[in-house]
Amino acid sequence: MTNKDDIAISVKGLTKKFGQFTAVDHITFDVRKGEIFGFLGANGAGKTTAMRMLCGLSYPTSGSGSIAGFDVNTQGEEIKRHIGYMSQKFSLYGDLSVKQNLRLFSTIYGMSDREIKTRMDEVMKQLDMESMADARVKSIPVGWRQKLAFATATIHRPEIVFLDEPTGGVDPVTRRRFWELIYQASSEGMTVFVTTHYLDEAEYCNRLSIMVDGKIAALDTPAALKEKYHVATMDEVFRIVAKDAQRSE
Amino acid sequence: MNILGSLIKKEAIHIVRDRRTMMITLFMPLVLLLLFGFAISTEVNDVRVALVTDRHTDASREIAQAFAVNSYFTFTGLASEEDITPLLKQGKIDAALVLRHDGIRTPYQIVVDASNPTVAQAAVAYISGVIKKNSSDIIITRTLYNPQMKSSYNFVPGTLGMIFILICAIMTSVSIVREKETGTMDLLLVSPVKPISIIIGKLIPYFILSCVILAIMLTMAYTVLGLPVSDTIISVIGVSLLYIVLSLSIGLLVSSIVSNQVSALIVSAMLFMVPVIMLSGMIFPVDNMPVVLQGISCIIPARWYIAAMRKLMIQQIEFSGVLKEVIIMAGMTVLLLAVQLGKFNAKK
Amino acid sequence: MKLRILGALLRKEIVMMRHNPIIPKMIIGLPIMALLIIPLVASFDVKDVQVVAVDNDHSQLSRRIISDMDASHELNVMDVVGTYDEAMDMIEKGDADVILSIPPHFSRDISELDVEANGVNATKGMLGMQYVVSSAAETLRQTAVEEGRPVDEQDSSVIYRFNPTLNFRHYMIPALMVFLIIMICGFLPALNLVSEKETGTIEAMNVTPVSRTIFVLSKLIPFWLTGMLVVTVGMIIGRVVYGVVPMGNIGSIYLATILLSLVMSGLGVTIANKSATMLQTIFVMFAFIIIFQLMGGLFTPIGSMPDWAQYITYAVPPRFFNEIMRSIYLKGTSLAELRGQFLWLTGYAVLALGTAALTYRKRS
Repeated sequence: MTNKDDIAISVKGLTKKFGQFTAVDHITFDVRKGEIFGFLGANGAGKTTAMRMLCGLSYPTSGSGSIAGFDVNTQGEEIKRHIGYMSQKFSLYGDLSVKQNLRLFSTIYGMSDREIKTRMDEVMKQLDMESMADARVKSIPVGWRQKLAFATATIHRPEIVFLDEPTGGVDPVTRRRFWELIYQASSEGMTVFVTTHYLDEAEYCNRLSIMVDGKIAALDTPAALKEKYHVATMDEVFRIVAKDAQRSE
Repeated sequence: MNILGSLIKKEAIHIVRDRRTMMITLFMPLVLLLLFGFAISTEVNDVRVALVTDRHTDASREIAQAFAVNSYFTFTGLASEEDITPLLKQGKIDAALVLRHDGIRTPYQIVVDASNPTVAQAAVAYISGVIKKNSSDIIITRTLYNPQMKSSYNFVPGTLGMIFILICAIMTSVSIVREKETGTMDLLLVSPVKPISIIIGKLIPYFILSCVILAIMLTMAYTVLGLPVSDTIISVIGVSLLYIVLSLSIGLLVSSIVSNQVSALIVSAMLFMVPVIMLSGMIFPVDNMPVVLQGISCIIPARWYIAAMRKLMIQQIEFSGVLKEVIIMAGMTVLLLAVQLGKFNAKK
Repeated sequence: MKLRILGALLRKEIVMMRHNPIIPKMIIGLPIMALLIIPLVASFDVKDVQVVAVDNDHSQLSRRIISDMDASHELNVMDVVGTYDEAMDMIEKGDADVILSIPPHFSRDISELDVEANGVNATKGMLGMQYVVSSAAETLRQTAVEEGRPVDEQDSSVIYRFNPTLNFRHYMIPALMVFLIIMICGFLPALNLVSEKETGTIEAMNVTPVSRTIFVLSKLIPFWLTGMLVVTVGMIIGRVVYGVVPMGNIGSIYLATILLSLVMSGLGVTIANKSATMLQTIFVMFAFIIIFQLMGGLFTPIGSMPDWAQYITYAVPPRFFNEIMRSIYLKGTSLAELRGQFLWLTGYAVLALGTAALTYRKRS
């Protein structure tokens, strides 16, 4: 097995109940540092709820876990210093400009003015957004906004970045570009935890888990999963694993 | 018709789901009515008065006694002349009566806290009444309609006027604008449903809600507040229904002007709530306002509604007496709906 | 470090406020509306009491009573009619407020005069009646003096303290600031917070290490400053337009303003924390605002309420603010004399801010 120091996320029996309804049911998994970990599942399978617990936005009902070395149950605020999060819903300030948004979040993460300046120049170049640096975020196209949201979530070079369906509603070309950004972040040593329901994106992950009805139904590398179920595509893997799903919208 | 039915159902579910808003819309009118009915009054009925006298005579004892028994006064007792200013400053008394004997006559002086001139004038009038209780004996006074001089009756029409604007105008405009924001309005607009059905589907649930509130309020007014019941109650209901429709059309108008919920709320609040409270005559008499503001108050629907309701509910005048108000309100409604429908059709 | 974060958040709030289509207009429009329009409207001064006289006497005396009445400042004789029914008709149409009935042979017998007031508007009815009575009594006294009949003379004088011109506006203006503070420090921050909830940006904040105190402070500070600014503008308008100058200490006025701002913003944030949608926030806020306005003694005197209602007003923080402002402005009352009111306000400020902090959750 891997050395404990190599583990970015380690979760055991994590559960979230809303009254009678068990949204996330005893999930257990580890994510290695620098890995791109895919979190697949149909709508309503519990992906977002699980991710919100990992980010310290929601308290687990039971179970334990450690994120970047901090306890999910007790050290929520510590965790927040070491992660980045990009929500499913676009959540930058529409009335602020591209630069203003980036600067706001980098200050919140405690970066110095000089760091902010170099990092911002770097990001703007990387995203090819220099021309719209002063445009209000509200007015820029959706594809660009998603890339900006990613840049904002990673501006402080967190150890782990959580992406909740980052490519929803984006055209294929932009999606492709987006994954290049993810690879680059991963190559710089960042751990990427990404939920998606695009099965072609699942192929890009190092390892992935498939959630069905709040439980993890399968977890392995894409190649191993395909082999296990004797099929050629992830699409088929998913169909086999999720065939008994009760919950879906 | 089936489409309309399902639209209404959808809207009704939306209203009922939001428990907290629902509770407020039902309880607010009750609380307001009770507050206005029993708590809030512009009548000055408790003047705290102290007596300052340099000699204790039968006359001064008689006056002290009169203050003590008169329900319009709270007699705070005897005080010395230098106490008056601190007592007034700290708001412990409203007025002091100073008697100075010079042998033959007893000139008196009333020192009154005039911060609130209405209270001051009433206090002076009451105190003078106690002192020279004989001089105006030959004038008999009587009050018509509202014999106990309670202002509670007076506020019922105003409360109704305000509540319907709150519910009809604000709730409908916000709910329409929310559909615009979330894009579900476009969904309805591209469907084969006629625009008029969409509007009616939106309005009917709020209309029903308003009718429920009207029923509660009128029951309260006629039972708890003891407003006299008479034939005019039919006109009261009729005029109120007209006003509800008018308020709903205002809500529609707001929703067609603004594009987000915050604006809808602020526009409704600023353009309707405040004028309704300030300019409609609900609390402050219209006649007291400067002419310009009296002019402005003419375009405020609540002004006409409140005027009509006062005549019908309190003065018990027949329907023909409020014809002017009804015609104005009906005119406003038709105008607003016509503008609205034109706009809606143009968009489609 | 913390200050830098606060600074960055404040900058964000200010940029957003500027881009908001409504808020800047409200900040300018509110004080103008509150201080230029409300004082003109909010007046119980009863000026044009309309009198209809039923003259059954047709004597010189009856005509004199009527013409003296018409000449007086507060009264306006609309018509002199022959029958009581005609007068009643005028009341019903709203053309008259008070009926004065002079019986036949009044000048000969000096019998009873009837004064009847329309009680629909209780204040106008009561004061109108008083005016008619004193005007008639004065005329009768004068005629008695002219005819050499004995009159009961009594020297009397009235001293109107603190507001000698009996100007209702002087009474309203200091307390109107309450309206500004409730709107700017209570209503707007609540709206602002809920709108971040609705757009989802609050989530983006909750997932960062920024502490909830700093985040909430960044929301409130701009409104506190705006509140202070608006109150200052209000005081200037009061002085320039109405000539109303505080008799007491301006420092105490600002202290009261700060305290009430804390109370209202704590309340606003609590409501926003507990609401899911804009509509809910507004409705709950409206309920509070209306009850605060009505029960706080802004428009109607607390002294006129029944005892149980007067006890309730202790739960209405603006009540204390109104008392403080009016006392300082008109009477020049000192901080020490108003310590009771200040203590109540401070208590409410602690309570409101405490609740606001407790109900704000970064984690669900």
